[in-house]
Amino acid sequence: MTTITMTVNGQLSSREVEGRTLLVDFLRNGLNLTGTHVGCDTSQCGACTVHVNGRAVKSCTMFAAEADGSCVQTIEGQSNVDGSLNVIQQAFQDNHGLQCGFCTPGMVMAAAELLKNNPKPSEADIRHHLEGNICRCTGYHNIVKSIMAASGQNFSAIAAE
Amino acid sequence: MYNFEFVKPLSVADAVSALSDDGAQALGGGQTLIPTMKQRLASPDILVSLANIVEMRGVKHFSGNVTIGGATTHEAVAAADAFAGLTTLAGNIGDPAVRNRGTIGGSLANNDPAACYPAAALATGATITTNSRDIAADDYFQGMFTTALEEGEIITSVTMPIPEASNYQKFDQPASRFALVGVFVAKYAEGVRVAVTGASEDGVFRWSEAEVALSANFSADAIANLSLDASGMIKDLHGSKEYRANLVKVLTGRAVGLAS
Ligand SMILES: Cc1cc2nc3c(=O)[nH]c(=O)nc-3n(C[C@H](O)[C@H](O)[C@H](O)COP(=O)(O)OP(=O)(O)OC[C@H]3O[C@@H](n4cnc5c(N)ncnc54)[C@H](O)[C@@H]3O)c2cc1C
Ligand code: FES
Ligand code: FES
Repeated sequence: MTTITMTVNGQLSSREVEGRTLLVDFLRNGLNLTGTHVGCDTSQCGACTVHVNGRAVKSCTMFAAEADGSCVQTIEGQSNVDGSLNVIQQAFQDNHGLQCGFCTPGMVMAAAELLKNNPKPSEADIRHHLEGNICRCTGYHNIVKSIMAASGQNFSAIAAE
Repeated sequence: MYNFEFVKPLSVADAVSALSDDGAQALGGGQTLIPTMKQRLASPDILVSLANIVEMRGVKHFSGNVTIGGATTHEAVAAADAFAGLTTLAGNIGDPAVRNRGTIGGSLANNDPAACYPAAALATGATITTNSRDIAADDYFQGMFTTALEEGEIITSVTMPIPEASNYQKFDQPASRFALVGVFVAKYAEGVRVAVTGASEDGVFRWSEAEVALSANFSADAIANLSLDASGMIKDLHGSKEYRANLVKVLTGRAVGLAS
């Protein structure tokens, strides 16, 4: 066991971990931050997406010890300071961007990375960026709409069949 | 997954010495190795992370070459915009989270028969530099999941001569996001090189007939009458041998047409 320390959603957090402890287990079991989900555990679904030093990663495919000393953001850190939903979360709620909600934490974290680097993405940019995030409810059109809306763009043309 | 000791050396020398212990294995971005360890197909006693070795990261240009540190992520390679084919290739590996962690050294060391980087390394005639030697790409790839690397040897950098024009065409296997077939075309003053991934049971290979034809006439017409022998191609539920052989030709033609 070794002790590792990282800043999670702005708070310094230390825990003892084994070499094999995954980042997602550190977050869920160590810190009780259960908003980050495990859908597949095989790097396919993206439900476990969090940011490490500003970059989206699949926390089921990274060891906690690899994140020692870094800054981690999870879905729990996304709301505004007053506790209200942030722009992306609100857009998901407004546009029916979630059904069962299982994939949503990963979708929101993936969207946050995209919009940070590309504030006005095209529909194609959004779909390309979400390649690693699977929605078991297959609500992709509304997820794409939500991200379009969060970026302040008109989305009436998306899936308007 | 079995437990292991995790070490984070800060220099190549320290990593090589950590890797000389019995049961030690290198960890790049973990995007292949962690899933493999979960399945208990790998169970190192000591995992030596290469991620904190500054000398193994980054993309540098010098006299017509680009040198990429072995621990450089796919995302960093895509962002460096070294040359057209390489930028497209790196920017389309897996998905954003995989690209933020996975490294060129890990990809080349693993030599998955459907991986993208082996095609770029072979098509550009890259030099693979390890802690102990330089290996020419033509000698490096030795069949599926097999390379010239010795036990404990690490890829510290990869140097590619920058082509006059290049393009990578990947026919996605949509579920895995790997290449069903991928073709890298690189045009140099001395001639054209064509490397194919995802198609052959022997892993990445050069399509020599197409290279000869394209070196004489760099246009898709030049390969119109060529055909690739389907024996030795991969056959699985996604495609037959003949399907893959045909895809190689179609993608080579597209790559030539789009090379820049
Ligand atoms: C969902 C998903 C989709 C993917 N899609 C693609 C794709 O489309 N195309 C593609 O090419 N790849 C794809 N990959 C694989 C990805 O590119 C991996 O990142 C890559 O194959 C391995 O790199 P790594 O740095 O993660 O290596 P690791 O997983 O850390 O290591 C892999 C192997 O290489 C060894 N190793 C690592 N670094 C070095 C080094 N510097 N020197 C010597 N040995 C080393 C390790 O010991 C291990 O045996 C995908 C992976 C996932 C999970
Ligand atoms: S749980 Fe990590 S990718 Fe599915
Ligand atoms: S909303 Fe149910 S998995 Fe996406």
